[in-house]
Parts: sequence; structure tokens; C-alpha cells
Amino acid sequence: MKNKIYPSADAAVADIKDGTSVMFGGFGGAGFPHELIRAVGRKGSRNLFAISNNCGTNDSELGVLFKNKQIHKVIAAFPGPQSIYFQQQVETGEVEFELVPQGILCERMRAAGAGISAFYSPVGVGTEVAYGKEERVVYGRRCILESALLADYAFIRAHRADPLGNLTYRKAARNFNPVMATAAKITVVEVQEIVPVGSLDPETIVTPSVFVDRIVEVGKSRGN
Amino acid sequence: MAIKNRLTREQIAERAALELPDGAYVNLGWGIPNLIAGYVPKGVDIIFHSENGILGMGPRAKEGEEDFDIVDAMKAPVTVLPGAAFFSQVDAHMMTRGGHLDVSVLGGLQVSERGDLANWKVPGANSSGGIGGAMDIAVGSRHLIVTMEHVNKFGETKIVKICTYPLTALQCVKTIVTDLAVIDVLPEGLCLREVAPGVTPEEVQSMTEPKLILPRRIPDMPISSRRLAQNS
Repeated sequence: MKNKIYPSADAAVADIKDGTSVMFGGFGGAGFPHELIRAVGRKGSRNLFAISNNCGTNDSELGVLFKNKQIHKVIAAFPGPQSIYFQQQVETGEVEFELVPQGILCERMRAAGAGISAFYSPVGVGTEVAYGKEERVVYGRRCILESALLADYAFIRAHRADPLGNLTYRKAARNFNPVMATAAKITVVEVQEIVPVGSLDPETIVTPSVFVDRIVEVGKSRGN
Repeated sequence: MAIKNRLTREQIAERAALELPDGAYVNLGWGIPNLIAGYVPKGVDIIFHSENGILGMGPRAKEGEEDFDIVDAMKAPVTVLPGAAFFSQVDAHMMTRGGHLDVSVLGGLQVSERGDLANWKVPGANSSGGIGGAMDIAVGSRHLIVTMEHVNKFGETKIVKICTYPLTALQCVKTIVTDLAVIDVLPEGLCLREVAPGVTPEEVQSMTEPKLILPRRIPDMPISSRRLAQNS
């Protein structure tokens, strides 16, 4: 059996090169891969292209990587009022930013994961989100063309994993994590606990192991 | 011109809560909408949706009893009620965009006469904030209510002929509940349904750019919570 278990978060992100695109799970403080983010901070990879719902809260979450100036481009739906380093770097032009409606952000990931290249959606029609996008009327409704969003890596957080990579989540910490797992070439998951193969009820598995490449056990990790 | 007898944010929420039918699946946005859950009348059961992946969301968690894996869209630790479900962001927005929710309530910066909504960015503001789920919610809502103050802090009406702020979605708003009035967006224009107690239809019109349709009878907004706004 292929070993997907890595001994540490640092080992799991050791090959993150400069210029890599990375999806980061999490929403509202729940389900963030804090240990993987910190490990990328320690590794110091630069010019990262980050895809995330928001852009950190002060020195926590993605704030770690913005503070280190490791991110040069970001796609997000809600950067957030506490994303201070992001805000500063957007203003100075150091960071390039694309705003995407939240539901479209995850739907573009879902398309990537499902092998769909693009889709038409009514969200953003007539707004600045539609700039530069093909528009057409589908079944009588104005729609714009949205493309699939694929990344080199997804860094996600789950509750439990077995060594195959089957994942369960805890409550509302699920959020973006399952869809990101499907939309990256390499999915790295930090979990509270790794349990033996066969101990997760197959009925409760949310992310099947095929979507998971690397697993790190980090315990009950929280933000700063 | 300042109008006395404006409602408070809590009173706007109280009035908006009366728009929610028993058994409805409802999403509440940031700001005044978020206050509505506290004013749902007894006997009315609402199933609240949170766009990060909860149906059956309950009140805020008590201090010391928070589970930080259960938060609402504003990051606040909340509780869940019996019958709640957790799901992914994809499923959460299938519910909003796919038209599966009965009512959504969002805050507003501007609403136009044909129901266009601008609610995520003030022109010239820095990059803080963002769209979040508002565009998906506005586009997919079967019944979208906007709650907001009628006039912004610069004294400008927020109910306009054409939105000048960055848009959230076109022709999506069905009802506007403000500190002065309840207004329905009809194909023929904006119709004044109710006024705040002590406010006249003429005063509402003076604070509204498009011409309002005035039905013969325009009752007072039924408000039971006491404190009226203290304003000049």
C-alpha cells in the first residue's frame, strides 16, 4: 500500500516550489489547515498563487503567508476586514487580487474536480464580476461563462483520516475542504487524528481516499 | 431633512421577521438581517441556513459553551437545533443559487426602482470586505428582502432610480424594509406598503428618489418593541 502518511507538516509541504498554486480550506475560523500554513511559512516558498475564501485574520490563517510576503496572487470571495497584510499589499500593488463570488468559487473548483472545463452561470451578470467574460442567454436567462479552477496543491483540514486517506469532517469545519480535495493535483490534509483502516464507517466518509495524497496528524490545532 | 420617528435597527429586524412564513428555509446576511432571528414570532418555525454549511442553525453559543467548529457566516460561534444538518460549501451554495431557500434577507447600500441591489462595496473604498456569498444568494433567491436604513450617513437616499454603487445582482429584490417604510418592488414600480409609526407617506417619498406608488390605505408598520430611534 502506498504510504500517504507524512511525519510532519513540514515534511508534507517540503516540495512546495516558488510560484505554486495552492487552495486553502477553511471558513470563519473553522476547518483551516493552520499547521500546513505555518509549515509553508517556515519553508518560505514565494510567489504563491493562493485560492481561499478569505485572506487571513491579522497574523492567523493566511495572514501568516501575507505577512511573510509569500503570496503574489490571490483569488478570494471575502478577503475580510481583518486581512491587514493582504490589504496593505493589494494597495501597494505587491499582490494581485481576483474577487470571485463565494458560490462560484466553489463551483469552479467542483467543475475542475469533475472534469468540466467551464459552465454558464447567472451569478454576477451585470456586475463587475462579469468584466471580460462571455455572456449568453441560456433558457431565457442571462449567464456568464465561468472556467474551472484547478490548483497544484490543496491544503485542507479534516477531523479523522484512515491511512488510505478517507476523511471525515467535524460540524461546520467541512466548508471548502471536500471540494478543494477534488480540485488539486496533490491534496494534503491535516487531521486531528489518524485511525486504522476499517474503523471509519463507510457511510460517514465525506472525502473518499482517491482524492487524498498526503496525510499529517496534527491534533487539535487552532489559529493564533 | 431629518425625519423623526425613524425605527431602530432592532425594530427594522422585528418588522422584517414578520415576512418569514412558518416552515420557511431562510438565509440571513450580515448586519440588520442577522438580528432578525431574535424576533421570529412564537409559533413560527424557521429553518435557518448558513452559507458555510449549516441548516437548522440556532442562536449564538453562550460564553464558555462555544464549539469553534460551529460558526455562522459572520464567524460567530453558534448552536444547532435538533434536525440540523452539516454540509459542504458546494451544497450550501447549491441551496442559495439553486433557488432552494424560501426567503433570503440581505443588507443594502442601494436598491433601485426595478429591484437591482448594490450591497458589497462603497465606491472608492479600499479593498476590505468582499462579495462573499451575496451574489449567489441574490441571484438564486426565490424571495429576497433587503433590510437597511432608508438614508445613508451622508444623508443620501438608498432607494434610487439606478444604482451607482457596484452591483450585487440585477432585478432581485422583492421587498425593502427600512427605518421608515416597507416597500414592495412590483413590475410597475415601487409600492409603499407600510410606514413607520409617526412617519407620513410624503416623508417617505421625500427620502426616496423614484416615485412611489401609494395605495389608498397605507397602514403603520406593526412594531411592538418599544425604543424608537433617538434622532434629531
